Amino acid sequence: MISKEEVLHVAELANLKFKDDEVDGFVSQLDDIVTMASQLSTVDTEGVEPTYHMSDTTTVFRADEGKHTQTREELLENVPEVQDNLIKVPSIVDKEDGE
Amino acid sequence: MNFETTIGLEVHVELKTNSKMFSPSPVAYGAEPNTNTNIIDFGFPGVLPSVNKGGYRLGVMVALALNAEIEKHTHFDRKNYFYPDNPKAYQLTQHEKPLGHDGWLEVEVNGEKKKIGIEELHVEEDAGKNTHHGNSSYVDLNRQGTPLVEIVSKADMHTPDEAYAYLEKLRQIVQFTGASDVKMEEGSMRVDTNISITPIGSDKLGTKVELKNLNSFNYVRMGLAYEQKRQAAILKNGGTIGQETRRFDEKTGETVLMRVKSGADDYRYFPEPDLPAFNIDPAWIKEIKDSLPEPAENRRYRYINELGIPEYDAGVLTDTKEMSDFFDETVSYKANPKLVSNWLMGEVNGYLNEKKVGLLDTKLTPEHLAKMINLISDGTISSKIAKKVFQETISNGTEPEGWVKEKGMVQESDPAVLKPMIVDVLDNNQQSIDDFKNGKDRAVGFLIGQIMKKTRGQANPKVVNKILMEELNSR
Repeated sequence: MISKEEVLHVAELANLKFKDDEVDGFVSQLDDIVTMASQLSTVDTEGVEPTYHMSDTTTVFRADEGKHTQTREELLENVPEVQDNLIKVPSIVDKEDGE
Repeated sequence: MNFETTIGLEVHVELKTNSKMFSPSPVAYGAEPNTNTNIIDFGFPGVLPSVNKGGYRLGVMVALALNAEIEKHTHFDRKNYFYPDNPKAYQLTQHEKPLGHDGWLEVEVNGEKKKIGIEELHVEEDAGKNTHHGNSSYVDLNRQGTPLVEIVSKADMHTPDEAYAYLEKLRQIVQFTGASDVKMEEGSMRVDTNISITPIGSDKLGTKVELKNLNSFNYVRMGLAYEQKRQAAILKNGGTIGQETRRFDEKTGETVLMRVKSGADDYRYFPEPDLPAFNIDPAWIKEIKDSLPEPAENRRYRYINELGIPEYDAGVLTDTKEMSDFFDETVSYKANPKLVSNWLMGEVNGYLNEKKVGLLDTKLTPEHLAKMINLISDGTISSKIAKKVFQETISNGTEPEGWVKEKGMVQESDPAVLKPMIVDVLDNNQQSIDDFKNGKDRAVGFLIGQIMKKTRGQANPKVVNKILMEELNSR
């Protein structure tokens, strides 16, 4: 059973904020999802290698060559606030190393 | 009550590549803000990462130099967190299958050798750089995506001195692979430490405290020593150690609480779906192993046993790869190793300290240094003139042989040229000859002075001395 605390914890990790009455709905929805997904754990996977990727391709490396693909101006176009070509964000000093 | 200390170190090392770990943006220092970035570094929707072969190769080099086992089947994982210096909100790393594991290095502390284990090494990407003014922070994403290798030690260290020795050794080993500059002051090497203490004889480990903001090896040692004392005092008073992160304060030499850890960090790692799994070919690992530059330890041994360099000098020469490479190359131009060593440790180091520059920032080349040393060895220039030649070549990159000729600094060593001059000086200074015969040695100095004056200081003093004494004794 998923608890309300777990839902709030996941919401915080995902940087999402909800009104109190919204949360209860998520509790039952997420519980349904997890219950359904947990059916997978009834399959016996003893001795089976985990699947990390669906793709058949493996080991694709890129050669170590530096190149510019966009200009700074193009990239900064979508940034809400720019100052001296830096991305301006609300102060993060208090949260320093809080990641 | 006595305590036992347990220390583990996590070291991030920036790898010297041309491009980023998961995007083709160039890696260069001191670039204009946000110029070495692209849509991948900015975390635009729909972009796909790619793995830098050169970055992975350097990671494997470091792992091999640390005697680690290379993981043959690996993949990348997402470490999820929100922070403005990494707009895509996750870091690509190798959580489950790190690049290498079970390595070790050997340190010597107070004359005792000790192996320190390395749990694992993995490659990952760096984050951007934040600066703070007033109520805002400013982000430069040039560093976002720069390749790092994180080296996680086993909790094998028990004193701050062992931690210091481990870091010194690690820096040297990594530096000699050429994979990184490993400079603490430039951020290409960063250290986090974990320390816990427990009463001796207790079978339970103490609570881990994490230390950050350790900007030099010395601060690591000081911070750990402070923590030993702080934690011991708490336990002696019946208190408990909190699971916390502390910051080292360089001004006071103390550690300050940053934050209390509540439960384990929740990064929700999962395999990166945008990158395939990787099989690391044993033939590639072998090729990398075979191409590893000679480690410092071997060079030191070779200098002492094959080139006859004193032990202490060999240690100084192998302190950095650039010095050791410079030495080897100079010697390869057939200069006498002992003389090369003396010049590098004496005049060259003196110059570097005085100007506060690195060896590669000067215009001195191994070829020029070798030529200059050979000019001294074969008597072409005096050691006094050599100092002038040295200043010229290290400051302006001038080729010594040509310069010495052009400036008329070549020393006169030919007896056929010197003898008539010496005879002439003696003929004009009968008084000095008499003084010499009467046992006044000072007269010789005067006569040499006269000869030097006549040759404008270019006579080879050894040759002059020999001819003069022969002449004086024959009169």
